[in-house]
Amino acid sequence: MTNQVLISMLASVVATSSPLLTAALGEMLTERAGVVNLSLDGTILLAAALAFIVGYHTGSVPLAFAVAAIVGAIMALIVALGSIVLRQEQVAIGFVLTLLGDSLSAFVGQSYTRIRGASVPHWPLPLLERIPVLGPILFQQNVVVYASIALMLLAWWWLYRTRAGLRLRATGERPVSAYVRGVPVQRVRLLYAALGGALVGCAGAMYSMAIQLGWAKGHTRGMGWIALAIVIFGGWHPMRIALGAYLFGALKALVTYLQRTVPGAPVTLLNMAPWLLMIATLALVGSGWLERLLLSLPARLQRPARRLLRSSPPEAMGTRFVRG
Amino acid sequence: MRVELQNITKLFGELRANDDVTLTFEPGRIYGLLGENGAGKSTLMKILSGFQPATSGMIVVDGQEHRFPEPQDAVQVGIGMLHQDPLDFPPLQVWENFAIGYPGRFVLDRRAISRILTDQARAMGLNLDPDAFVDRLTVGERQELEIVRLLALGVKLLILDEPTTGISADQKDLLFGTLRRLAHDQGLTVVFVSHKLEEVVSLCDEAYVLRRGRLVGAAEMPTETAHLVELMFGAPLPPSGRAVPQLGDVALDIQNISVRSHRLCLADVCFQVRSGEVVGLAGLEGSGQSELMRVCAGLMEPLKGQVSIDGAAVNGRGYNALLKRGIAYLPAGRLEEGLVSGLTIAEHVALVDDNGSPWLDRERALARARACIEAFAIQGAPDTLVESLSGGNQQRLALALLPRNLRVLLMEHPTRGLDVSSSAWVWQALLNRRQEGTAIVFTSADLDEILERSDRIVVLTGGHAVEPQDAGHATVEGLGHLIAEVRQ
Amino acid sequence: MSELSWRKVLLGLAPFVLALASVSALLVAVGAPPGEAYRQILQGAFESPAKMADVLAFGVPLLLCASGLLLTFTAGLWNIGIEGQIAMGAIFASAVALYVRLPAGLQIPLEILAAMVGGALWAAIAAWLRNVAQVNEIFSGTALNYLATNLTTWLISGPWQPPEGGSVHSTPIFGRHAVLPMMTGLRVSWVALLLAALGFAVVVLALRGTHWGLQLRAMGRSRASAHILGVRVERNTILSMAACGALAGVAGAMRALGTYQSLRPLISGNIGFLALLVVMLASTKATWVPFIVVFFAAILTGSQRLNLVMQLDDSAGGVLQGFLVLFAVLIGGVRQRLEAASTASRGRQPQSSAGAGPAGEGEALA
Repeated sequence: MTNQVLISMLASVVATSSPLLTAALGEMLTERAGVVNLSLDGTILLAAALAFIVGYHTGSVPLAFAVAAIVGAIMALIVALGSIVLRQEQVAIGFVLTLLGDSLSAFVGQSYTRIRGASVPHWPLPLLERIPVLGPILFQQNVVVYASIALMLLAWWWLYRTRAGLRLRATGERPVSAYVRGVPVQRVRLLYAALGGALVGCAGAMYSMAIQLGWAKGHTRGMGWIALAIVIFGGWHPMRIALGAYLFGALKALVTYLQRTVPGAPVTLLNMAPWLLMIATLALVGSGWLERLLLSLPARLQRPARRLLRSSPPEAMGTRFVRG
Repeated sequence: MRVELQNITKLFGELRANDDVTLTFEPGRIYGLLGENGAGKSTLMKILSGFQPATSGMIVVDGQEHRFPEPQDAVQVGIGMLHQDPLDFPPLQVWENFAIGYPGRFVLDRRAISRILTDQARAMGLNLDPDAFVDRLTVGERQELEIVRLLALGVKLLILDEPTTGISADQKDLLFGTLRRLAHDQGLTVVFVSHKLEEVVSLCDEAYVLRRGRLVGAAEMPTETAHLVELMFGAPLPPSGRAVPQLGDVALDIQNISVRSHRLCLADVCFQVRSGEVVGLAGLEGSGQSELMRVCAGLMEPLKGQVSIDGAAVNGRGYNALLKRGIAYLPAGRLEEGLVSGLTIAEHVALVDDNGSPWLDRERALARARACIEAFAIQGAPDTLVESLSGGNQQRLALALLPRNLRVLLMEHPTRGLDVSSSAWVWQALLNRRQEGTAIVFTSADLDEILERSDRIVVLTGGHAVEPQDAGHATVEGLGHLIAEVRQ
Repeated sequence: MSELSWRKVLLGLAPFVLALASVSALLVAVGAPPGEAYRQILQGAFESPAKMADVLAFGVPLLLCASGLLLTFTAGLWNIGIEGQIAMGAIFASAVALYVRLPAGLQIPLEILAAMVGGALWAAIAAWLRNVAQVNEIFSGTALNYLATNLTTWLISGPWQPPEGGSVHSTPIFGRHAVLPMMTGLRVSWVALLLAALGFAVVVLALRGTHWGLQLRAMGRSRASAHILGVRVERNTILSMAACGALAGVAGAMRALGTYQSLRPLISGNIGFLALLVVMLASTKATWVPFIVVFFAAILTGSQRLNLVMQLDDSAGGVLQGFLVLFAVLIGGVRQRLEAASTASRGRQPQSSAGAGPAGEGEALA
């Protein structure tokens, strides 16, 4: 593989991974507050279709994204409110919404398949694009790609460097302690469910308007489930989620490349790898092996290792908070 | 800051957790709040700290009446509580724990916050590492963090709920020194909720005693512990006629069992229970009775030691295997851990009935359910859902579901929440079992019950078990002293 | 009728009304008359024996999966991995179809048996992960679904390709000896109908008439209490999942041996997820399941006509189903809250075991 081909492949990986990254970051925020939004796949499909439709009719990309964000927020709020107010299981509501979103997207998008609509313009950044190697990979993209990278940095900063992020983490880890310190637990949950859902909606819009232009039935199917897996694999940490998203994109690109050039390559095994990794991560954490591993490290390394490898879900995820 | 509780009453359904309690806390003093389980100490303090609302009564601070709908409101007035299990965030770091709820800028300045934290700690003579993860701290350190945090928020009345359970002697001395400094030098008020008499006597200036929800006495410290014990536990009942039991072989043998849970360490428990004997485990909630019973039932692994049933060691065998050997365990939470909400009486009977075939025999289940209902005087029909039964009837059902020939019955709080007649009925059923040769071990928060019903009593206190003593020779005072960890 | 009964009826009908209203609104929005659309759906499902056979052909795997899910739902498990279990069943059945040749009466039973083994094993993996490592069966199920899909595509385009080359969209069509015998002129097999009915009957029998069924119910309500009462919770987790997997496997075999007579990628066709919706709508009233299955199958089959006659995408059927279940779940929640409120107002305290009070002095939450 020549350098040129490698660079253009990496650039395409960054581009195609950006919606996945955005959706995973959004779901991370929702789960950090304690809400599991299982409707991701359906939300992304529905948002992708609606965004394309709005973009087609109005020609306005920002408006399309706004509609997608609202749709995503509404889906997530149905899950959150259904849990908080109606005491139903988050998983149940999320699951129905995922299937409903799929059908709805096909229904509303039926007259809009395989036509051209508005799309996000290509926007290479003036000076940065000239940097050798990194330039073409990172800075010759479009706005949404830059936005997803910025979002990752913003999410990290928000979560670990701001008071609001601290309150979010507190709510997800131990709602009763947060309550005692004056954090409005239910309001925080609703807020981050909506915010996370909006980001998931934007991810859908990214697909139909920037990455895989246009709309076709089942266009983005599967992306939502993969995003859920990446949140887990990334240990609910923005940087590791990004790593997971890019790795997944790279894996897909690698598989495509190998299929074309090297017949008989273990493509299936590569395709299976992310799912096997996800199961392995969950098993390591759930069975306590990771904790045991951390404890066996020399004391000096324990703290940084722990910050790096922490993969436990927020303690209160999926539970209901009942105040005393 | 002068804080008065006036006529505080708290009802949970029919239960009077606090009954018309009036107390005053003056600044610059350390108050002890004494009482055994169910006396209402924690409930009262939760009301004062805004965690729960009172059913009636007033809280008056410096002459002004206050209401605390949220804990935050109490903190703003200057009242803060250190809960028995600190309400902190174990997966987060110390400085992050401190920062949550502490006003400050939007962007977190780790260095500045850490500095405030360490300054405040040092002013109290404490040493905290801001970057440590809270779940790696000892309980004592977690308490220190909470105290530092509350004081930094301007709390003037500090409530500590059973703070010395599970911390080392050094940490305790440190804590007491801190508390004395805070009250006597800095003029804060400290309320020390505890069951440990000696500590209260040595630390506090004055003590209030609660019993069954009422304030039964106040005393200036230092004072005679005997007086306090009598206030806490009440005058001893005249000993009832005690039937001499027919005892058989050793049914349950506990050898050097040590148990650990996150707040508790119970070491080297040794005693034996014979067939037909009733042993009462006395001691406060959280002294390890539940853990000890779970180890005997096979639901929990001990740190070390061995449990034998009828002479055969049963360590490591799961719960189901032990069930087959004739052990039964009835946990305290009847609906949480003993009966299945949503199933009827008949279904419960069918669930535990092993009639040898895989098929459900409705007729048989109904017949057996009716028999149980009659034999155990349960107020309900075979198709009644168990969650609709009253507490007493649930307990009768739980007893009815036990297999016939039990070797050992482990029972937590057999009569909790039951009225007098239901309690008497339960004990009659248990005594019937005893006649059949079952060894019975039970726990209770009511010392009178333990004295009246046990043949022998084992007190679990301060992390160890006291030699079993004959119930005929025991007294409420003696037990109270042991539980209150007063050295004889 | 008393006021309470009126309310029950209204709340029971509300999901249907709301779902129909929502779908009608959407139809109007895309310019299709709702009445016409519903008529076409009904016609598409019932207008001819061939069409009704199609409904049944779709309903068979749906009923098998829904039956299996009744077991896992009762036990309190979310078997999202059912799609993968269908696929594994199809794979195992296809393996026998392609490589084994037995006399007539033995070929198909062996295929079915293989399918049950395949589905059960796949489900048991998720159950085992839950028991041993506390891995939530939703996430392990999702991963296992994708793994099964990958395995299917690999087999089709790799080892199971005929030597002269074939298509990546399907294995070669199975031989006549291996496929399910169809009823004359129709696209449904009596074997399939028989198996579906049998599967459903066995599950209902197990749930209602055996000790094991009662144990599953106890587990689903309260795992901790069931454990104390002597129910072998971990063993039952594996058994119920494996049983569901076996039934799902048979569903997969029906798809491979009957509907497509070959192995294809995504052979599960979302039937597993649809079956989850069926069970959610039935909310464990097992007798409703066959009716809901026929209803859903009819809607989906009939919706195909929308494409032909009204140029309307057949997803309208899926939308109707989705809205129906969503409103059913949400209104179920409304009903529960109304019931709780009325119980409290009538002065009856819901009983908790600690006598409606704090369980002890040391609790953090009352």
